[in-house]
Amino acid sequence: MPALRPSSKEPLWREEFSIFTADERYVGRRQMTKFLTLTSLSMFAGNLWLLARSILSKHDTAYPAAAVAKVGEIPVGGVKLFQYAGEQCILVRIGEGSYAAYSQKCTHLSCSVYYAREKDRLECPCHERYFSVRDGSVLEGPPTRPLPKVTLEQRGSDLVAVGMSGGEG
Amino acid sequence: MFGYEFYVDPSRCIGCQACVKACEECETHRGVSMINFDYIDRPDTIATGAYVCFHCDEPTCAMVCPADAIKKGEDGIVQSALKPRCIACSNCVLACPFGIPKVVVEREQMMKCDMCYDRTSAGKRPMCATVCPSGALLYATPEQVARTRREKPTNVFYFGAQRITTKVFMMAPAEREFVSIDITDYILEENDARFATV
Repeated sequence: MPALRPSSKEPLWREEFSIFTADERYVGRRQMTKFLTLTSLSMFAGNLWLLARSILSKHDTAYPAAAVAKVGEIPVGGVKLFQYAGEQCILVRIGEGSYAAYSQKCTHLSCSVYYAREKDRLECPCHERYFSVRDGSVLEGPPTRPLPKVTLEQRGSDLVAVGMSGGEG
Repeated sequence: MFGYEFYVDPSRCIGCQACVKACEECETHRGVSMINFDYIDRPDTIATGAYVCFHCDEPTCAMVCPADAIKKGEDGIVQSALKPRCIACSNCVLACPFGIPKVVVEREQMMKCDMCYDRTSAGKRPMCATVCPSGALLYATPEQVARTRREKPTNVFYFGAQRITTKVFMMAPAEREFVSIDITDYILEENDARFATV
């Protein structure tokens, strides 16, 4: 009922503690319940949409083949960083003839993981999260998803990345 | 009762106090009468006046309330102090230029006329207006009042420098646009000529 309200500029405390019930900023129980219901419904719908999008987009990811390193280019226990499929990746020479490559993006909050040679594992410095260098699985730390693993092939003297798996979402 | 307004006409009051009793008996007031019944000048006259709250557009009682307990609703009714908030400080009692609010000491709460909120919101007339035999308290449409009364209803009041507009109308002489009362006019000082007559 605007006609009842004084037109003069009121001080802030008077606005906050208005004598007119129409101007009160009191949140009622019903209002609060409505707010909670509507926000949780919309968040639920948003999550459904995200889920649907990730399910649909899984099918049409084709990875190109890309040479990432020469065989013997890096020593045992050495690493090489490379770009593959738009991701920063890390290649580790685990043994004489075995290599492993992962996305460098931690599945927790996307910090860059690095190879800790003395512990023989991949470590994320942000929240002390450790991944196995053998298969990218989580050894310790906050979340549960493994690092996306880059599939490697040896073609002649080249190490070729041919795909990426895991760590979706 | 859309279009109905409350009219107060102290000149018609016969002092029967039916309004006081009726207000007391109204179930939501629980035995507390909220009519302000006044003997105007008891030594010299039998004149009385019965008043309800005028429900100011900018209620002074609510403005001075330190506990934010007095609220004016969207229907224009200034309610009694909210029980959980009222601290019974009597600021409103002192500040109201009409002298309407009363602190009920046993309840530690200010209670005032709420124009029988429970009745008017359900399409009934306020309790006092239903019993007043002389029409000093009248709940009617402006057309009915214009047809039956010589006085002119006004809802503009001046108390010194304070201008107040109200929801409830006061019957004023027909030539008056507003009611003006300055308290300093009634304060007698020692050298005042009126002292001789007191």
